[in-house]
Amino acid sequence: MKLPAFDYACPETLDEATALLAEAGGDAKVIAGGQSLLPFMAFRLAAPSLLVDLRKIAGLDGIEVADGEIRLGAMVRWRDILDSAALARALPLLPAAIGHVAHYQIRNRGTLGGSLAHADPASEFPCIAVLCGASVDVVGAGGHRTIPADELIAGPMETTLEDDEIIVAVRFPRWPEGRRWAFDEFALRHGDLAIAAVAAAYDMDGPHIAHARVAVMGATDTPQRVPPAEDALNGRAPDDDTFGAAAAAASAAIEPTEDLHAGAAYRRALVGTLLRRALAESCAREREAAE
Amino acid sequence: MKIALTVNGRPAALDVAPRTTLADCLRHALGLTGTHLACEHGVCGACTVIVDGAAVRGCLTLAVQADGAEVTTVEGLAGDGALTPLQEAFRRHHALQCGFCTAGILTTLHALLTENPDVEACEIREVLSGNICRCTGYIPIVEAALEARAAYRRGGDPAQ
Repeated sequence: MKLPAFDYACPETLDEATALLAEAGGDAKVIAGGQSLLPFMAFRLAAPSLLVDLRKIAGLDGIEVADGEIRLGAMVRWRDILDSAALARALPLLPAAIGHVAHYQIRNRGTLGGSLAHADPASEFPCIAVLCGASVDVVGAGGHRTIPADELIAGPMETTLEDDEIIVAVRFPRWPEGRRWAFDEFALRHGDLAIAAVAAAYDMDGPHIAHARVAVMGATDTPQRVPPAEDALNGRAPDDDTFGAAAAAASAAIEPTEDLHAGAAYRRALVGTLLRRALAESCAREREAAE
Repeated sequence: MKIALTVNGRPAALDVAPRTTLADCLRHALGLTGTHLACEHGVCGACTVIVDGAAVRGCLTLAVQADGAEVTTVEGLAGDGALTPLQEAFRRHHALQCGFCTAGILTTLHALLTENPDVEACEIREVLSGNICRCTGYIPIVEAALEARAAYRRGGDPAQ
């Protein structure tokens, strides 16, 4: 399918880019890697009159692992995340999840800023940002602001970004030593959109789980935390009974979506299975590391 | 819009509409019809080309986004007309049948093997999940890629 016609601008500064977006008044789209936007345009799900390309704007592509936080520029590609040894040490959950993003060629161009702005409920990066309590820095014609990741995502393919706002960076709080994590996903083919996926992170307070966070994606209309599953983990020992209870709580708590690939009952069951499996793996990983 | 890029080592200056994908630009403006188009929405991998060393979907890259880039298509792999070691391995292992997907698979595997000549079979299979072949099955393709690793390990660019 050929793309609908549009004008194209490739500004060299954020000021120019936000001015172009403000002038277009909602009829323009930002393009980074284009790996979600261009298929949408091919299907005529989007037909912007203007594309504003970010590729010449400096300063949007860095991965900085500092003491207090991890800052990822909006133009960081999936490939960059998977290649970063510093990220693999500081936030191992992120590369584990990003390994499920699409295919090799798409990971060479797709960016995390584009994924957040696209807000596909089956996308891994928004889910990890929500789970970890990441902050999203955006710049608009009127200045800049910071939006918590869970407030940025408003619905399927919907964000709270204004028409003239551009995501410039995402900041993750650093993890304490020894934080455990879990991720598992089910898709029809590796790299296809998730039918369901789960992510979790928790600390150990002596023999008990503390600070548990659990999030679901692909099975719900937005990536979201699941507080009943977190409650089922906190204060308990990391064993099969606890993980089974958390899985049951997650299955019961979500409102699953339905489409031609899977019904609601299937997605509900799948979320429980994936969460139990992923949490068990988080313990197995610790045992392997200790050996 | 006017763009200038290097394709298979040769400079090209073109005037393209912004909606032109890199794949269409290569095929229609430059006559490089080795790059194939099937799904045109980023699923099948037939249009894979190499842009600044990275394998990308030609249908999900605008020609204007490739302004200034170095592009390698399947025509650029065997520069002097002789088959490259990867192409030889494809022939030996019967890793193609109708050939429609082959251009995208060769460019994908060339980029992969250039980045990592020691790549394991499991990663080759994962990478090939982005290229759809409906004739041969993937086993001979994986076998050909595994065999071609030796040529990439010897250094230099086995495609030139």
